[in-house]
Amino acid sequence: MKNRMLYLIFAIILILPFVLQDVNFQHITIMFLIFAGLGEGWNIITGFTGQTSFGHAAFFGIGAYTSTIMFYKFGISPWIGMILGALFAAGISAVVSYPCFRLKGHYFAIATLAVAEIIKQLFVSWDYVEGATGISIPVKPDSFWMMQFHKSKIPYFLIAYVLFIVATLVAVAVEKNKMGYYLKAIRESHEAAEALGINTTRYKLYAMMISSAVTAVFGTLYAQYILYIDPFMVFGLDISMKIVLLTVLGGLGSVYGPIIGAAILIPLSEYTRVFLGGTGKGIDLMIYGALIVIVACFEPRGVLGLFRRTKKRGAQYAKTTA
Amino acid sequence: MPRPLLEVQNLTMKFGSLVANDDVSFVVNEGEIVSLIGPNGAGKTTLFNCISGFYKPFSGKVIFDGKDITGKSTHQITSMGLTRTFQIVKPLKDMTVKENVLTGAFLHANSKREAENLTDQVLRMTHLWDKKDMLAGSLTIADKKRLEVARMLATKPKMIMLDEAMAGLNKTEIKEAMELCVNLNKNGMTLLIVEHVMEAIMPISNRVVVLNAGRKIAEGSPQQIINNEEVIKAYLGERYYAKSRQINGGI
Repeated sequence: MKNRMLYLIFAIILILPFVLQDVNFQHITIMFLIFAGLGEGWNIITGFTGQTSFGHAAFFGIGAYTSTIMFYKFGISPWIGMILGALFAAGISAVVSYPCFRLKGHYFAIATLAVAEIIKQLFVSWDYVEGATGISIPVKPDSFWMMQFHKSKIPYFLIAYVLFIVATLVAVAVEKNKMGYYLKAIRESHEAAEALGINTTRYKLYAMMISSAVTAVFGTLYAQYILYIDPFMVFGLDISMKIVLLTVLGGLGSVYGPIIGAAILIPLSEYTRVFLGGTGKGIDLMIYGALIVIVACFEPRGVLGLFRRTKKRGAQYAKTTA
Repeated sequence: MPRPLLEVQNLTMKFGSLVANDDVSFVVNEGEIVSLIGPNGAGKTTLFNCISGFYKPFSGKVIFDGKDITGKSTHQITSMGLTRTFQIVKPLKDMTVKENVLTGAFLHANSKREAENLTDQVLRMTHLWDKKDMLAGSLTIADKKRLEVARMLATKPKMIMLDEAMAGLNKTEIKEAMELCVNLNKNGMTLLIVEHVMEAIMPISNRVVVLNAGRKIAEGSPQQIINNEEVIKAYLGERYYAKSRQINGGI
């Protein structure tokens, strides 16, 4: 029943850019898919496992830089870069988070924030990757293998769509199986999880690796879509925060959360940019902020919690009137 | 000849200069119900934490099923078949009762189906079947304690340790908990129970170990313990002494 809802959402998203053939709108759907996918990845470590990461930009950036450098320096297909980027991100996340997992709660969150900033600074001062100047990806004729399309946005949309579905299904697979139960047990109580025979460190590590690999994949796609990257753009706190905010707004710990959150925040941010131009920079973040405050105060489970509450109330109403 | 399942040898645990457990040794044999009693602050929960791997003992050894488990992590100890409940219950609040138990059942199940079958079995045995779809956070304290036991049983343990599983329960609930313990024991389960509710554990225990201020002051059958002068002075109190005399006199 629940999965049917998910397939319905997939189907609706697929027809969007073909119904409204506006380039701007197509751009928004692509950004929506990228950020919804990022939210799905982040949800695995934070929503399911309860380990708040404010540093997912690190893995996003690693994905973007891995494929871009391989293409820029050696002409290797971004598809290969995407896979390698995901592996790198998983490896680095394991090395970085293993010591961080000794920290609990807020301290873990702060550590992830710090790690992401450190990685950003490393890239800023690393000459081999053009430092703070960033890299413009050399323009090539339209080709699937080189993941570049200039005539239409539809191919980008389709790639983003497939990756988004993969990310969502990964999240569903994690949630429905043993691993999902284990991760949620860790979120609810560390001690209880250990007493149930769960190797908490190992499972947190698995969750982090899957989460960062998913994040890196979208980093590659983003780089190929924008065709320019610099450390501030891909490693910035902006990216980390956007992922956090949209998932929290939609509903933490549910596969629907990031989809709902991205569907609200991405159009908001893109349209304010279109209508307000340079002067409006940051307005979307102000609205984000206000929304988050409202959500945190009234419904910590996000928009999804709001749905569930009204549904429950409706059911109760039906019961009392029947 | 009974086979020792859990052996605690000269276990000492210190927090700074505070000695919580001082050279404690005892044995739990296979198929026994042993209870651990003592006044508040005697070091019962600390001892539990040392045995179950939450604390690493300062010195001494813990041997379970012939293997040294001193300093092993909790999840390893649980996998070997020794598991515990918590004095302050730790339900997985945002998960349903069924999901709570299922999480434990995955430990020795090869598939989700197998884990689900085991979960159903455990839920029926612990009388939680009717509440299986409720969120664990919304249960009453008695049911939360029952859930602790159910979740633990789902890990298919050889021996379980209950940390004040009956505190805060009413008479009927205590009786149900006692029955559950006895039934488990009949099916071959070994139990180590920390409890303050004397009326509940004295009748079902094979042996009783008494701690006071970190030291073991007595060990023996419930009969021996309730007549032990030192135990009465330290813990049971004159009233229990008089009451037990009455009961014994009646018999």
